[in-house]
Amino acid sequence: MRALCWEGVDRLAVRQVPDPELRNAHDMIVRVRRSTTCGADLPMLAGRVPGLAAGDVLGHEFLGEVAEVGPAVRRHRVGDRVVVCAAVACGNCWYCRQGLYSCCDNGTATGTVGEAAWGQPTGGCYGHPRTAGGFAGSHAEYVRVPYADVGAFTVPDPVSDDRAVFASDAAPAGWMGAELGAVRPGDVVAVWGAGAVGQLTAQAATVLGAERVIVIDRYPERLRMAERHTGAETLHYEHTDVPAELRERSGGRGPDVCVEAVGVADGGGRPVSLADRFTGRGGPVEDPLAVREAVHACRKGGTVFVSGTFTGFVDAFPLGAVMHKGLTLRSARQHGQRWIPMLLDRMARDELRTEHLATHRFDLDQAPTGYALFRDRADGCVRAVFSPHG
Amino acid sequence: MGRLTRGGFTLLRAHRTGVDARSGRWQVVTVGVSAAELMPDGRWPEPLRPLADAVELHLRPAPGGRGTELSVRPLGGVATLPGMAAHLVGDDPDGYLRQVLRTVRQLAETGEVLRADRPAAERPATGPPGTDGPVVPG
Ligand SMILES: NC(=O)c1ccc[n+]([C@@H]2O[C@H](COP(=O)([O-])OP(=O)(O)OC[C@H]3O[C@@H](n4cnc5c(N)ncnc54)[C@H](O)[C@@H]3O)[C@@H](O)[C@H]2O)c1
Ligand SMILES: [Zn+2]
Ligand SMILES: [Zn+2]
Repeated sequence: MRALCWEGVDRLAVRQVPDPELRNAHDMIVRVRRSTTCGADLPMLAGRVPGLAAGDVLGHEFLGEVAEVGPAVRRHRVGDRVVVCAAVACGNCWYCRQGLYSCCDNGTATGTVGEAAWGQPTGGCYGHPRTAGGFAGSHAEYVRVPYADVGAFTVPDPVSDDRAVFASDAAPAGWMGAELGAVRPGDVVAVWGAGAVGQLTAQAATVLGAERVIVIDRYPERLRMAERHTGAETLHYEHTDVPAELRERSGGRGPDVCVEAVGVADGGGRPVSLADRFTGRGGPVEDPLAVREAVHACRKGGTVFVSGTFTGFVDAFPLGAVMHKGLTLRSARQHGQRWIPMLLDRMARDELRTEHLATHRFDLDQAPTGYALFRDRADGCVRAVFSPHG
Repeated sequence: MGRLTRGGFTLLRAHRTGVDARSGRWQVVTVGVSAAELMPDGRWPEPLRPLADAVELHLRPAPGGRGTELSVRPLGGVATLPGMAAHLVGDDPDGYLRQVLRTVRQLAETGEVLRADRPAAERPATGPPGTDGPVVPG
């Protein structure tokens, strides 16, 4: 089958790779209908994520039809249209039972490798380095889905592919930022980043009753899209003093909830050499500019939620402000299994619309072009969505 | 400060978590089932069973109804591990035991050992060779 492979720093190619196969009784194989780029791919594309190897297939947000089911799969049949959570989780361990699916104890097939970086291994994810579980990405004609009964969700008929594909990762990540950020009716909420995740965070904050939502970015077309589709106010961070503006718009208090949906430096940042990775020199240190701003802006006793992806260490983190202002600082990879059914219901009722985020659509063969647009934010690209079967 | 942070991976491993490959410490995992389910009739769970002569085992209920804490450590210290066991655990017995415990938990909680996708190198690609797509310009 064809798949989009990472070939090296800033190099991608569509290659023939082996078809996926059932490896466990709970697996199924999905024929991919839609698979989208994500901000999390940019550091990988830029060669900043340790462990990514030439030939690895990218992509972790996807939707398709069930093509084959393992003997232990109960909830799905061949032909079902499903959206699959980007996070791989077992559904049975203590973490999954708490709803902390991305922290699953059994979500990776790569043993204890996460210990060195995180202290404990976390749950799995598609289309990441092998250390994230050993699961190939979804920018391919077919993909293997482990724990299929837990991670795949039947899409209600009225919901289009272009809408439902965002239930895989971006929409649950957005919902998480608002819900775990503890947005309450009447709150003022600020969101850094007007990519798909930031925009869907703004929508979720509104649903949870926020009275004022302010989205911050530097791409005018993304800000306009946020205004039009989420009803949020926007700030262009290169044209204004963001903390001052936020103070002014929140009665001098600062936003009640601040969500960072940016991640490592825009466009993925500079690549880290193998030697630097090996010695720990020069990387992986990331600049959490937006997190820093969020901590400073947040009202006393408020919550800062970090949705953006960080993989290493950050310098100059304002811990003093967290302490003295009594902030709650939270973060997570999204626990999609907990929210996807609710999000699909909202999509079916037309309360949650996401298809406008798919600004660019391509056949799989054009995926490298799609990534170039997405990385460079060219032509107003918010997400490039691939259809491997045309 | 900068240097310290940058070297964080190394520092954390060496000094903070005290991960000494041959510490002889207990390695512990919490498994979300009762002791009776984990070891019916006292039988050691796979894949721990082959190590029965090489490690000692301890069970106790986990607090908060989280199941059972299963601890193992090399019998009589690492240096004296007998031949086959020494071969099995290699030069990082603690890491090896944590890996085994992780598998014990996975079997108890999901009934399977999750397997990674097979690396492409192990299998031939099928279908027409197809054309490579363009490469993202650097
Ligand atoms: N927590 C999760 O589970 C989860 C899920 C999906 C994505 N993510 C992460 O969320 C982040 C956003 O994802 P996306 O797909 O929307 O990415 P994206 O790259 O499309 O969007 C990021 C946006 O942040 C803006 N930005 C950069 N610096 C900024 C600053 N200082 N202030 C304000 N805005 C700034 C960029 O201009 C861009 O529009 C990424 O880091 C991604 O990895 C996390
Ligand atoms: Zn994503
Ligand atoms: Zn789990």
